[in-house]
Amino acid sequence: MVSLLDIIGPVMVGPSSSHTAGACRIGLLARSLVGGTPQRAKLELHGSFARTGEGHGTDKALVGGLLGFRPDDERLREALDIAEREGLAYRVEKTTIAEDAHPNTVRLTLERDGAVVEVVGESLGAGRVRLTRIDGFPVEVSGALWTIVLVARDQPGSIARICGILADEGVNLATMRVTRKERGGDAFMVLELDDPPSERALAQIRKLEWVRMTRALEKVAG
Amino acid sequence: MFSSLHAAIAAAEAQGASLARVALEAESRDQGRSIEDIRSALRRALDIMRGAVDRGMQGDLRSASGLVGGDAAKLREGPPGPLAGTLFRDVLARALAVQEVNAAMGVIVAAPTAGGAGVLPAVLTGLAVAQGIDDERLVDALATAGLIGAVIAERASLSGAEGGCQAETGAAAAMAAGAATEMCGGTPAQAGHAIALAMQGTLGLVCDPLGGLVEIPCVFRNATGAAIAMAAIEMAIAGIEFRIPVDEVIDTMGEIGRSMDVRYRETAGGGLAATPTGRRLTRERLVQLKKS
Repeated sequence: MVSLLDIIGPVMVGPSSSHTAGACRIGLLARSLVGGTPQRAKLELHGSFARTGEGHGTDKALVGGLLGFRPDDERLREALDIAEREGLAYRVEKTTIAEDAHPNTVRLTLERDGAVVEVVGESLGAGRVRLTRIDGFPVEVSGALWTIVLVARDQPGSIARICGILADEGVNLATMRVTRKERGGDAFMVLELDDPPSERALAQIRKLEWVRMTRALEKVAG
Repeated sequence: MFSSLHAAIAAAEAQGASLARVALEAESRDQGRSIEDIRSALRRALDIMRGAVDRGMQGDLRSASGLVGGDAAKLREGPPGPLAGTLFRDVLARALAVQEVNAAMGVIVAAPTAGGAGVLPAVLTGLAVAQGIDDERLVDALATAGLIGAVIAERASLSGAEGGCQAETGAAAAMAAGAATEMCGGTPAQAGHAIALAMQGTLGLVCDPLGGLVEIPCVFRNATGAAIAMAAIEMAIAGIEFRIPVDEVIDTMGEIGRSMDVRYRETAGGGLAATPTGRRLTRERLVQLKKS
């Protein structure tokens, strides 16, 4: 459903809701997947992002997002200089991700404290975004809600246990998607929530011995 | 939110309320937010819009390519034309100002998009200064504009890549026309005619930015879009009615957008972007951008 405030908004640094604000949101989501500002980042731009990204500040917006700047933050203009000062070594490359990939697609490879994450994100227009792949797992993350991403051993009862923890904290689950590469392998769960998850809920999930990785993604839109 | 303006206008008439009122009530219901909370978000948008107008009027901003900037100040201080000293000239300057800020990576409100962000603040804040309209009525007007944009998003499109410039500055002109008509005392039905009158004037408008950048012609399309909105407001308040119902005009915009060749939908493959000069400027400026 279209919200009036989606139409009269977002407040953003120009010039393009898809190439600037959307790019920044993809950067923000990717940043939360490594738990903070990465030390190294490779940004591979595809399609229109590659062709017109410089003129739209797409590189600045992506790097700004990785630094934790939101789309209305005027520091986006100087994000590349700020990245250098804050120890974020980034590299921008142009590539073709796939012939049928969305015209505004970026693949980010981020490294923070030894951990590496590879994310693919698309900017859909009007500032709306979608992460489509995390470490090779197909996902659908919009950032319009609070999101928890977790990798867990694929075993019976795991989904019920996690939903139970969230329910006990009074957090309502909006959507949930579980994927895996093979039976008995790692399961990849994406949970979108109506309310921000409490630190206590996250800590309980992290304590489960079959959960390998848990990340809480900020709500970056809406 | 409503999926037709016919339904929104009928609801307003049945309650003896404004479109702004029914828009705020629908948003409150849909999103589970209080009307005061929604108004306060719109008040912030209004502040940002005013800030962008003021910033752009200073005339010192330049876009990434260097092709855009300083033209709002020319309308403010340059030689007088036939519209010298009028609200109309002021509205044109305001529209350019916001788009010059946008092109220079300044802060704007994407309403409905960044590429069409100059029209609504230009028309609303220009009229507010000329007619002494207070902020609460401006906030109402933004709510009405949001309702109009939501219906256009639902029935057609607000994306240049999907529908050409008619879906961006055309939609912005329609939003500004309907919202300002109501703000100036027009009835919901008159606002509906204003929306239709503005949109019929931008049907078929292509999206053909040089190099794919939100610069040329986008900055100027916001000024001409604001001019179309002003014409529509004047006609609607004078009692002129457009014979094709507003929802059908919106559907037409969507249909034209869907059948528009991809060259005319933000790809810089046709229109002004593909002219000899358009190609040359793109080549020169993009090379310069890579060096800087």
